[in-house]
Amino acid sequence: MTDKKKNNKVIPDPAAAIEEIVSRYPKKVAKKRQKAMVMNDPEQKPEIQANVRTVPGIITQRGCTYAGCKGVILGPTRDVINITHGPIGCGFYSWLTRRNQTKPEKPTDENFMPYCFSTDMQDENIVFGGEIKLKQAIREAYEIFKPHAISIFSTCPVGLIGDDVHSVAREMKKELGITIFGFSCEGYRGVSQSAGHHIANNGIFNHVIGTDEPRRIGKFQINLMGEYNIGGDAFELERLFEEAGITLISTFSGNSTIRSYAHAQSADLNLVMCHRSINYIAEMMEVKYGIPWIKINFIGAESTAKSLRKVAEFFDDAELTKKVESIIKREMGKVKKVSKEIRPNLEGKLAMLFVGGSRAHHYQDLFRELGITSISAGYEFAHRDDYEGREVIPNIKVDADTRNIEDLEVVKDESQYREDLVKKKKLLEEKGYNFKEYRGMMSEMEKNSLVVDDISHWESEKLIEYFKPDVFCAGIKEKYVVQKMGVPLKQLHSYDYGGPYAGFEGAINFYREMERMLATKIWKMVDPPWKAEPEIVGSMNINV
Amino acid sequence: MLLRHTTDKVKEREGLTINPAKTCQPIGAMYAALGVHGCLPHSHGSQGCCSYHRSTLTRHYKEPVMAATSSFTEGASVFGGQANLVNAINTIFSVYEPEIIAVHSTCLSETIGDDLGQIIAKAREDGKIPEGKHVIHASTPSYVGSHVTGYANMLEGIVKYFAMSTDEVKRQINLLAGWVEPADMRELKRIMKVMGIRNVLLPDTSEVLDAPMTGKHEFYPRGGTTIPDMVSMGDSMFTLGLGEWATRSAAIKLENQCKVKFALTDLPIGLSASDRFIMALAKAGSVSIPETISSERGKLVDLITDMHQYFHGKRVALWGDPDQLIPLVEFLNDIDMKPVYVVSGTPGKAFTKKVEEILAEKVPEAKVRNGKGADMFLMHQWIKQEPVDLLIGNTYGKYIARDEGIPFVRMGFPIIDRVGHSYFPTLGYMGGLRILEKILSVLMDKIDADSPEESFELVM
Repeated sequence: MTDKKKNNKVIPDPAAAIEEIVSRYPKKVAKKRQKAMVMNDPEQKPEIQANVRTVPGIITQRGCTYAGCKGVILGPTRDVINITHGPIGCGFYSWLTRRNQTKPEKPTDENFMPYCFSTDMQDENIVFGGEIKLKQAIREAYEIFKPHAISIFSTCPVGLIGDDVHSVAREMKKELGITIFGFSCEGYRGVSQSAGHHIANNGIFNHVIGTDEPRRIGKFQINLMGEYNIGGDAFELERLFEEAGITLISTFSGNSTIRSYAHAQSADLNLVMCHRSINYIAEMMEVKYGIPWIKINFIGAESTAKSLRKVAEFFDDAELTKKVESIIKREMGKVKKVSKEIRPNLEGKLAMLFVGGSRAHHYQDLFRELGITSISAGYEFAHRDDYEGREVIPNIKVDADTRNIEDLEVVKDESQYREDLVKKKKLLEEKGYNFKEYRGMMSEMEKNSLVVDDISHWESEKLIEYFKPDVFCAGIKEKYVVQKMGVPLKQLHSYDYGGPYAGFEGAINFYREMERMLATKIWKMVDPPWKAEPEIVGSMNINV
Repeated sequence: MLLRHTTDKVKEREGLTINPAKTCQPIGAMYAALGVHGCLPHSHGSQGCCSYHRSTLTRHYKEPVMAATSSFTEGASVFGGQANLVNAINTIFSVYEPEIIAVHSTCLSETIGDDLGQIIAKAREDGKIPEGKHVIHASTPSYVGSHVTGYANMLEGIVKYFAMSTDEVKRQINLLAGWVEPADMRELKRIMKVMGIRNVLLPDTSEVLDAPMTGKHEFYPRGGTTIPDMVSMGDSMFTLGLGEWATRSAAIKLENQCKVKFALTDLPIGLSASDRFIMALAKAGSVSIPETISSERGKLVDLITDMHQYFHGKRVALWGDPDQLIPLVEFLNDIDMKPVYVVSGTPGKAFTKKVEEILAEKVPEAKVRNGKGADMFLMHQWIKQEPVDLLIGNTYGKYIARDEGIPFVRMGFPIIDRVGHSYFPTLGYMGGLRILEKILSVLMDKIDADSPEESFELVM
């Protein structure tokens, strides 16, 4: 696997590999999976099947709705007690495992993230209902910790036995006088984590955003959305914004607080990083408050520069533009120095990325900067718009699973609506500035590269044999499977406990990490030296 | 401070568990099934369960953990999961070609009342289970017991399906392993070999969750208890279960189903429990104890006597699972350490009683708690009230260790921030040496770090 020809820019036609893959499936499964595997055309952007149910029995990367809601979106917020209402497992598994870093400003500030809170439902709660236990848990949490906010996350049995977490939340809010809200994020609600993101977005929007007075802290106020501070990514971005003089009101949700969400309507612009997990809040804030949003990407040095410029362009302020340009110049100098040193060693290598709902796209930028081709990629829980671009949204068939997740009716908040921003948006649009534009993964991948949604274990193993990539990007469940095949795997959920990889410093970290992973000779030592030797056949037996 | 909101003021809680010292049944069922050769564990529930269990086991072992799921959505939750499971069985046998699928339930499928046995029978009727292939199952509702219960239930499910008695008695014993590491499974096999006792070890995760790097992913690694071995368990002369919580139900099932008599003994952790294990083996196999074993025992006692001054009187807080904690507490007590706080989230009245009995004479002040209300938060509060010299438990202890500056030995499940547990056993006398080596290392590192320069010791 290590001796293949490098600098091979011609992407082999994977039709044969797909043929072999589906031949193993039962007929119906084959038919379904074929729709999720398409050869890319960056111009035409072929239709791909996405956000549909995983075939039972397929070994999928996907998790559940609870994981998307509690684990992904609310997990990184430190000043709220997140109570998992259910048997112990769900709370246990989502306890600190996503590497969301957080930095309370003062030693006395709330930080509940290192704690796991659960109602630990027992069989009697399943039989007789768990609401009483939940109320008791909330009272105890309040009494012990005196938090200003508590949220409740429903696990699978909760919805089935008819516990109403929302009415419990209302009742306890009244009793305790603090912010309390619940999520109906039972694991089975959707086809993947994605449903949980949507539910979390709705909950935060409904219960938190706008509950505090808007404020003017700086001249240029933004929210950063869909950035979860894995491995300190948000810290690197905070550094850049601070230096540029851009005020970060709130991040959804890396290094964040409920308190900052409460006045998030103070922002002049919403930046959307992970489109899949957070676009709902951005959309709803635009309707309610008139705050426009743009898609940005801070993964990759070039993308970071481009994104910073786009923010500066929005505010259209000479001083800000100058500052941003000077930061970019300085930082790109550092980045270029490292990439110049590393790129020659990595150029022409091949990457495969199967992860998340935006990372499989964003990380291609970093690979491109190193001259590495992303030969095949796909998301774990994205929708068609994340592949084909937002322009397909009106054409996406709304199936029963999608209908299951509420779309909030959002109305304009007359008193806080930012007519000034609406006007600004219109003017900028006339000049060709694009708002809420996301063109999707396919637009930036090479022609004939293979795009696969919700890849299964069987498919990834076959495609690895076929493409023989130099690096494979996925998550913890795939990590050692792929490495056993002799291919290094970079985790793009947890970053293999490294990072940050966002921004300029992050790009440098990633370059060095790829150099480490791809330059090591250890993979050549997998076979023992005697494997190549002729077998020694002797007549003397020295065993006693 | 990482756990900055934890204070010494203990409040009895009825509704809220904080920082649990247990997790849920299905992960135990998955782990047990991985110790069967050619077996693919299958989680009958939402995708998240399977994903969480695989992730946790993968982080613990840094090895592939293959398992499938019924991928419930709303429809299945309303109308029942039969169609999902039948389809899953069909897909799994087509694509992944296991010998056995080991299905376990989840809180979701249990709450809606799916009957696994009936669904599997339906799959067989529909021809979805190829000739010669097997689908076994265990009911593992997450709202009963803990991960240990799930392990026990799957062991019982395995035995129930496979163990068969013919008229021919096999000169072998069944060794039912409690929840231990692949390294411990290997150590058990070594001890049996040294003792000269033929046996079937169930389950056996060695060569499954500590597989070598070969450049090829073996979907079904070399290890695991084989079908012929599991079938033959019904003809064995005797069953020895290691750990009450993990193995009792399987041992009883074997007796009821195949009339194989059983005894339960503690997991052989430390001196006394290993002594009992070895004597139970000698009795069950009617063998005399070989010199090798006595010599290994002697080495362990030797280390204890050599280093006794560092153990004596040291206060220890432990959390984990009953089968591990009971012999470990006994071991610490034997070497004159003081296990003052002992916590397990796993229920079972016998636990507290047994640990208190062990500690009655030397550590009457010990606080012992399990099941309801027993979590790491409570244990941390006790530590805040009166500190300890050593922590022993899973990785989550590192937050307490850092906040309080207490030396910390990782034992139990999960260990997701260090390696070694899958390679180096803690069972038997040799395993006892490793436990003591780990304890001494962290205690002595602390002495080295904290001692004034003038009394810094070269020789210890």
